[in-house]
Amino acid sequence: MLECKNLTKIYESGGEELIVLKNLSFKIEDGEFVAIIGPSGSGKSTLMHILGALDTPTSGEYLFNGKNISEFSDDELANIRKTQIGFVFQAFNLLPRTSVLRNVMLPLVYADTPEAEREPRAKEALKNAGLDEDHFQHLSNQLSGGQMQRVAIARALVNNPTLILADEPTGNLDTKTGKIVLETFRKLNKEHGHTIILITHEPDVAEAANRIITIRDGVIVEDKKNTHSLL
Amino acid sequence: MKNADLIHETISSLLANKIRSSLTVLGIVIGIGSVIAMIAIGQGAQNSIKASIDSLGSNLIMVTPGAQRTIGSPVSAGRGSAQSLTLADAAAITQNVSLAQNVASELSGRYQVTAAGTNTNTSVLGTTSMYPIVRNITIDQGVFLSDQHVSSLAKVAVIGPTVRDDLFGVGSSPIGQTIRIKKIDFKIIGITVAKGGSGFSNQDDMIYIPITTAQQFLSGNQYVSTIDVQAADAASMTELQSEVTTLLLSQHHISDPALADFSTLNQADIIATASTVTGTFTILLGSVAAISLLVGGIGIMNMMLTTVTERTREIGLRKAVGATQSDISTQFLAEAVALTFTGGFIGIVLGELVACAVRQLAGIAASVSFISIILAFGVSAGIGIIFDYYPARRAAKLNPIQALRYE
Ligand SMILES: Nc1ncnc2c1ncn2[C@@H]1O[C@H](COP(=O)(O)OP(=O)(O)OP(=O)(O)O)[C@@H](O)[C@H]1O
Ligand SMILES: [Mg+2]
Repeated sequence: MLECKNLTKIYESGGEELIVLKNLSFKIEDGEFVAIIGPSGSGKSTLMHILGALDTPTSGEYLFNGKNISEFSDDELANIRKTQIGFVFQAFNLLPRTSVLRNVMLPLVYADTPEAEREPRAKEALKNAGLDEDHFQHLSNQLSGGQMQRVAIARALVNNPTLILADEPTGNLDTKTGKIVLETFRKLNKEHGHTIILITHEPDVAEAANRIITIRDGVIVEDKKNTHSLL
Repeated sequence: MKNADLIHETISSLLANKIRSSLTVLGIVIGIGSVIAMIAIGQGAQNSIKASIDSLGSNLIMVTPGAQRTIGSPVSAGRGSAQSLTLADAAAITQNVSLAQNVASELSGRYQVTAAGTNTNTSVLGTTSMYPIVRNITIDQGVFLSDQHVSSLAKVAVIGPTVRDDLFGVGSSPIGQTIRIKKIDFKIIGITVAKGGSGFSNQDDMIYIPITTAQQFLSGNQYVSTIDVQAADAASMTELQSEVTTLLLSQHHISDPALADFSTLNQADIIATASTVTGTFTILLGSVAAISLLVGGIGIMNMMLTTVTERTREIGLRKAVGATQSDISTQFLAEAVALTFTGGFIGIVLGELVACAVRQLAGIAASVSFISIILAFGVSAGIGIIFDYYPARRAAKLNPIQALRYE
């Protein structure tokens, strides 16, 4: 369960303060599938980074399974990231000049997964992310944007995390591949009960979720249950 | 993170950044290689010069003739060209200077020497029986000149191994055979042990004959070119030098020491001068090496600074997928160690090769010293840690988003 209480994030640049998140308070229960939508620059990615234990809020509390992790040490946060969270970055952030397989296996290395399990699990994750087997040995910088995106998704799935955070996971994908990815998310949510939060611009992607949170200028302007009207 | 993973991750990271890795290694190789080679050459040169001074003999005062100056005239004939010292002077020193342990006179000249169809141009040195003791010569075969040979003006010769090789063939044993100098036949009675060609005067390429014979048949006068006086120990050399000077002044009836028609040279002075020179030489080479080390270091620093953005992002990414600070620090330490040790190892081998080449080609006894290896390794390890490990450790302290956004 995730809970934000009065979450505020302020960036300082050139002496000016930029309030990106203003007093956000909301709860996400285990097993929810949430879409976050909102215009560019509204603070979606910033919020995701905090939810993913990658960044800390300026003030307010972030309770992860009931614990205020803003007070956690660096190593404790690393432990949460490697065991419970899968994160898909908007900018992919793959290791440069490194093969697709090695990129996907990276979280398994830090999680001390037995060597023999790593490759099969990485391949499985890549398949679920919709990447062709031909590309598994390619270097990360020899891929198209959409292929990189699928590698980033596979890397987030490979640890079998209970919370998956995906920043624009279908932004670079065609409708067909986008559907494969969404199907994977939905399956993880339905069959395994994983919590999934994704950011999107596309209404039909948001439709896949059960709840849609709309953010504008760092505040939640709408938080509604999705009735799957378009399905 | 397991050790095997750490090693695997380090290797694949180094291979993924081949250019950076190899340029870093190159910087270290150049730095370390040059330090080791330069210090080896500097010390080798110092040793070579010291060895060739030592081969002159030890605790020597060398008396050479010098033209007598008349008051008011600064003109002097060249040192050694003057004729003012005789065997009587040498005898007087032997007799009257108690500090003089051994005395040997020399009369040198260069002549064409022939033997059974071959010939060579070499130094012929007229001397006395004390010469081997004073100048550190040992006899390989036969005997050296005796007092008997000197007093009887015997036509006998002791030859150096180079002369033997030139005239009779390498490794031959020509004792009893004859060589001809200035149309006079000399019988070979001994061969000296090779000392190795060492700088100034090569004692292997030399023919020794009785000094009296040389005066009579070669130079045609009673003068000598050098009187070597050996002190019992280094401590008495200065006193010996002044006693010899006083005695010779009175022998030559000169009252003003400034007008002396000879000069004395103290071997300790030569060594002191030579070590100043070689010391300067070593400092020079050391500076060149230090500059190379600095240039190598700056190269590495450049490399690291230009890639720090990418590296910091990489660190952010690794942390985002679960790496702890210590995972990151350990990996980058392993990387720094791998780079500096590879570079250090190649650098040492390269320095050793250069020293070896100098040994072969220039005849300088360059030898790589342990200290220089330690020094060079210390510096390269320092460079690796300062420029590779330290920034990585700092980046590892950032949170993943700060690191990923690093510019
Ligand atoms: N490190 C930073 N320093 C200063 N300002 C920042 C920083 N990171 C983000 N911002 C600002 O915070 C605001 C929100 O950024 P964020 O990335 O959360 O937007 P977003 O909603 O994800 O937009 P998009 O849909 O375009 O991805 C932007 O105005 C951005 O300029
Ligand atoms: Mg964004």
